[in-house]
Amino acid sequence: MAEINIRDVRKSYGKTEVIHGVDLTIQNGEFVVILGPSGCGKSTLMRMIAGLEEITSGDIAIGGTVVNDMEPRHRGCAMVFQNYALYPHMSVAGNIGYALKVAGVKKPEREDKVKAVAKSVGLEEFLDRKPGELSGGQRQRVAMARAIIREPKVFLFDEPLSNLDAKLRVQMRHEIRRIHNRIKATSVFVTHDQHEGMTLADRMVVMNNGTIDQVGTPEEIYNSPATLYVAGFIGSPAMNFLDGLLSAEHGAVVLGDGNRIGLPTRVSPELDGTIVHLGVRPETLSLTSPGAGTFDASFEFYEELGSEGLHHLMVEDVPFSVLNEHKQRLAEGTKVGVNVDPSAVHLFHAETGKRISLSATPAMADGVPA
Amino acid sequence: MVEKTPWLNAATHIILLLGLLALLFPMYLVFNAATLDIQTVNSIPPKLTPGPHLWDNLVEAWVSRDFGQKFTNTLILALGVVVGKITIACITAFGIVFFDHRLRMPIFWMVFITLMLPLEVRIVPTYAVAANALSPFQTIFDAVGISWLFNALTGIELSLEWNMLNSYTGLILPLVATATGTFLYRQFFLTIPDELVEAAKMDGAGPLRFLWDVLVPLSRTNIAALATIMFVFSWNQYLWPLLIITDPSYGVVAVELGKLVPDTNTTGGDIPKWNIAMAGTMIVMIPPVIVVIVMQRWFVRGLINTDK
Repeated sequence: MAEINIRDVRKSYGKTEVIHGVDLTIQNGEFVVILGPSGCGKSTLMRMIAGLEEITSGDIAIGGTVVNDMEPRHRGCAMVFQNYALYPHMSVAGNIGYALKVAGVKKPEREDKVKAVAKSVGLEEFLDRKPGELSGGQRQRVAMARAIIREPKVFLFDEPLSNLDAKLRVQMRHEIRRIHNRIKATSVFVTHDQHEGMTLADRMVVMNNGTIDQVGTPEEIYNSPATLYVAGFIGSPAMNFLDGLLSAEHGAVVLGDGNRIGLPTRVSPELDGTIVHLGVRPETLSLTSPGAGTFDASFEFYEELGSEGLHHLMVEDVPFSVLNEHKQRLAEGTKVGVNVDPSAVHLFHAETGKRISLSATPAMADGVPA
Repeated sequence: MVEKTPWLNAATHIILLLGLLALLFPMYLVFNAATLDIQTVNSIPPKLTPGPHLWDNLVEAWVSRDFGQKFTNTLILALGVVVGKITIACITAFGIVFFDHRLRMPIFWMVFITLMLPLEVRIVPTYAVAANALSPFQTIFDAVGISWLFNALTGIELSLEWNMLNSYTGLILPLVATATGTFLYRQFFLTIPDELVEAAKMDGAGPLRFLWDVLVPLSRTNIAALATIMFVFSWNQYLWPLLIITDPSYGVVAVELGKLVPDTNTTGGDIPKWNIAMAGTMIVMIPPVIVVIVMQRWFVRGLINTDK
């Protein structure tokens, strides 16, 4: 059990810096998911925690001890790899018990522990098999058992589910959560799959291009994404974006075609005229007859999702989608109106991509009689 | 090749059979000659059917050239070379593949270049070193003046000597370094996924532990392939033992076999004993043949390298 402190950590390969100063504290016993596209530096960051990658500058401390110059084996981390990395010539029992064997634990004690851990992940019948004779899910369990048996202070997961098929992935996701609830070790889980991130995380870290864009609970990140990037990355189907100008006079965003989208709060005068990207999630929108909604769009095509339908539209030449249980299969090119809920609108600065929080006072407050 | 072409199939088989015959016929000649007596083996035209004298010839060859002693010597030489080569090749490749240092490519290429320098090419300097393994040091000491200093200080003439002629060490050591083996191991080690190395690191295994617990078991087929090739190679050593061994008690089978082959010096104008020479050949052939037969399965797997 340990807290992980990452202070201004940077990583360069030669002259190229891939991680540009990351600060992050992971609480004891917390399950943190680092989410980001491939190449954003999330794996590198985790490998620096594990000690498999050198830290160019900054500090990483585990349980209060700076581990920058420590060998991986002294850091108290266990890691589950994407391709499982099982020793192909050892039996399941050999794989699980290898760390103990290296540590010099006596054979009878080792065997007892291996059995107990194997049982906890449902592998007790497979102890004599070689990894090559196991299915993907079973190999994954061996990799987990190998990590659990060391009773590590920190669990590191490097995209452990990406080689499994969709059904097994969900199952293993639940398994990992159960194991975490039981063991309560500090866990860091790297993935590019937002579903894994949202469902597993106590807190989520969204990385982009070697920096952290946002840290927060999955809910916070979904409800108030800190940057344009996070807004576009989190949420499925992805958020819709339209360009516009903030207008203090109208208390609205004025879109390119002159349509206005009213805002729930007053626009402070210094923000007047700011070019913004306006983001709305497809699930907060609804369709209506042309002219009756906030703006009009032309229907493109429809996708059936079972409980809901995803309606693909075009606003001028920008693709736009509406997720709604009122399924409407319309002909291509049909004009429809789109209703925007002003309270569900996100605004991002066009230049910096940062979230614009409007003044906390609701616009209506002015109109309420004293 | 899954096409159904009966004529091509037949042609393929005929070519294979012809190849097999071409390979086996000399072997048959050896066997045939070893079963004949001295008159028949020298008769013209040659008799191509076996005679009744195989056992007598084998015994005469074995006894006349003292093959018992030679077999022991050659076995020591072959095992020494095999074990030495495997160990050195494995450790060298380990150092070249798994440690990230500036010299690893230069070292690899230096090892690789020695493929172009077989023993036959460097035999004179190698002999000089075997005659006195410390002579390079002596030369250096003389050149930089350490010998003079030593002489001045102690009054003793510095003269380093380690003679390896007529010894097992001398037979084995110059044959041990192997670029082929290093290369074979390197290629295998390069196929080991990085994650496996990292998993071992996370499990707390140091480099040597990783080598012993993971790499060595995984390279069993490689070891088998290398061992087979190297056993046959060292069993057949001729030139090097011929050069450095003058004491017959260190003689090896190939050199001894050479002495069985009749020429005018050994026969003194008598009828050449080809039957005995061929019987000797058969005896000497046996160990490598057994090794190849036993190791064959592993050997092929180690060279195609797909066993995961």
